[in-house]
Amino acid sequence: MARNVSTQRKVVVTVVAWTIGILIFFPILWTFLTSFKTEAQAIASPPAFLFFDWTTENYFEVQSRSNYFKHFMNSVVISFGSTLIGLIIAIPSAWAMAFAPTKRTKDVLMWMLSTKMMPPVGVLVPMYLMYRNSGLLDTRIGLVIVLTLINLPIIIWMLYTYFKEIPGEILEAARMDGASLSKEIIYVLTPMAIPGIASTLLLNIILAWNEAFWTLNLTAAKAAPLTAFIASYSSPEGLFYAKLSAASTMAIAPILILGWFSQKQLVRGLTFGAVK
Amino acid sequence: MATLHTRSAARLMIAPSVLLLLAWMIVPLAMTIYFSLLRYNLLMPGMEEFAGLSNYIYFVTDPAFFQAVFNTLAIVLGVLFITVIGGIALALLLDQPMFGQGIVRILVIAPFLIMPTVAALVWKNMFMNPVNGLFAWLAKLVGLQPFDFLANAPLFSIILIVAWQWLPFATLILLTALQSLDEEQKEAAQMDGAGAWSRFFYLVLPHLSRAITVVILIQTIFLLSVFAEILVTTNGGPGTQSTNLTFLVYAQALLQFDVGGASAGGIIAVILANIVAFFLMRMIGKTLEA
Repeated sequence: MARNVSTQRKVVVTVVAWTIGILIFFPILWTFLTSFKTEAQAIASPPAFLFFDWTTENYFEVQSRSNYFKHFMNSVVISFGSTLIGLIIAIPSAWAMAFAPTKRTKDVLMWMLSTKMMPPVGVLVPMYLMYRNSGLLDTRIGLVIVLTLINLPIIIWMLYTYFKEIPGEILEAARMDGASLSKEIIYVLTPMAIPGIASTLLLNIILAWNEAFWTLNLTAAKAAPLTAFIASYSSPEGLFYAKLSAASTMAIAPILILGWFSQKQLVRGLTFGAVK
Repeated sequence: MATLHTRSAARLMIAPSVLLLLAWMIVPLAMTIYFSLLRYNLLMPGMEEFAGLSNYIYFVTDPAFFQAVFNTLAIVLGVLFITVIGGIALALLLDQPMFGQGIVRILVIAPFLIMPTVAALVWKNMFMNPVNGLFAWLAKLVGLQPFDFLANAPLFSIILIVAWQWLPFATLILLTALQSLDEEQKEAAQMDGAGAWSRFFYLVLPHLSRAITVVILIQTIFLLSVFAEILVTTNGGPGTQSTNLTFLVYAQALLQFDVGGASAGGIIAVILANIVAFFLMRMIGKTLEA
């Protein structure tokens, strides 16, 4: 009897949860489906859900019309570039703060985090002018610099919380055995830290890929990553639903897959380790 | 403990991050403050002169300023309201035993991973468009007149779009917090005869309070600076009906080329954000000690 009730309850919960889940996911599913329609089918009324002539023509059209691949590569270079440079700068800092903390470590960490609180418009004007005057406007390197700076505090914090979990005794044992600082890092710390570094890398690539303030304001045709490229569909090309959908699907698919693999790390990174 | 050697090495390792962030924090901000005191328009180069606080006076007496402050707060509060209530409900639901829980989680998380420009354009064109959008079709299906969301309720529409993007964030964090609640405590409360509601209010909600605070404060930081969603949907309009502070400063700077006025606006935005940040820092500071 009791088991029967709980199975029944489980079925009800399942139906409700799946319905809500599909509703929330629907705009993405709809974009995916529309990307395989012709423009006429995309605006057909009543809308065609699954039974239409599937075509991949939009994907080729988007590429040939606007050189989609260039913008895709801009996104890849900018998000991976800023993340890797950020990691190179952050790993030593986080290591030092986690294993050789001083009285001021906590203040330094808090201060780093506080730079994240500065709203981007507060520095939009000088950044724009500096970039314009130094030729960094609409360049990949210019965006890599900005995204490295805005995400550096998150990278340091995430690494710090991961490094903190590595038992310090192991390092001390290595030191007793005569390992030098560099050996300590290469042979002892790195293998234990790799999962944390990988999580940080993933989260930061997601954040950089989707960043849509600096990418929109500091790029034009040349260095525009996908965020800015898609924004050019706001009018009037946005009325070509099938092409908008194809461009959007390609822009979100890689990150969607990355994000699904790193759900747990997302929570941790985005709350600066406050919720694990 | 740490030898003198490792301590100076540690300092050397921290230095690059600190110096970079220090420069990032001070240089552009100091320039913004400097520009905000100048009469400086990019269309009239060479005409820069000291203007005192007149840019600030100009900015805050602009009728668009109050609208923008109101809209900024409306977006923050509206999105927080939807995502916190919806997030608690969804987290409670997803915490129940069900079939295919992992897949539902994946579906629910997805909107958070979508870049803002894609999310906003998909909603604007494929759902809210009064002619070809799905909402228009649904309205006609039940015999209603299609509603032009972005023309007639621009701010509300933007709040909906942004809330859709942030609901997964709230849900994910609250669900994670919920899963750390001790099962035995729940069972004990049930044994003592506590109903579902009192269990929720006296056990679950207090347990979630820290996660809720985290959600509210982190979202606030990001929601104060909503930009892309406005740019690609309404462009701040009609008029200034959906202009927030971020967008107003952007328009002043890059559409009107008024460096002085935009800088003053930027400083005002920084001051507002700092008031919020003050609370966030205090809370995270406590977490660090724990």
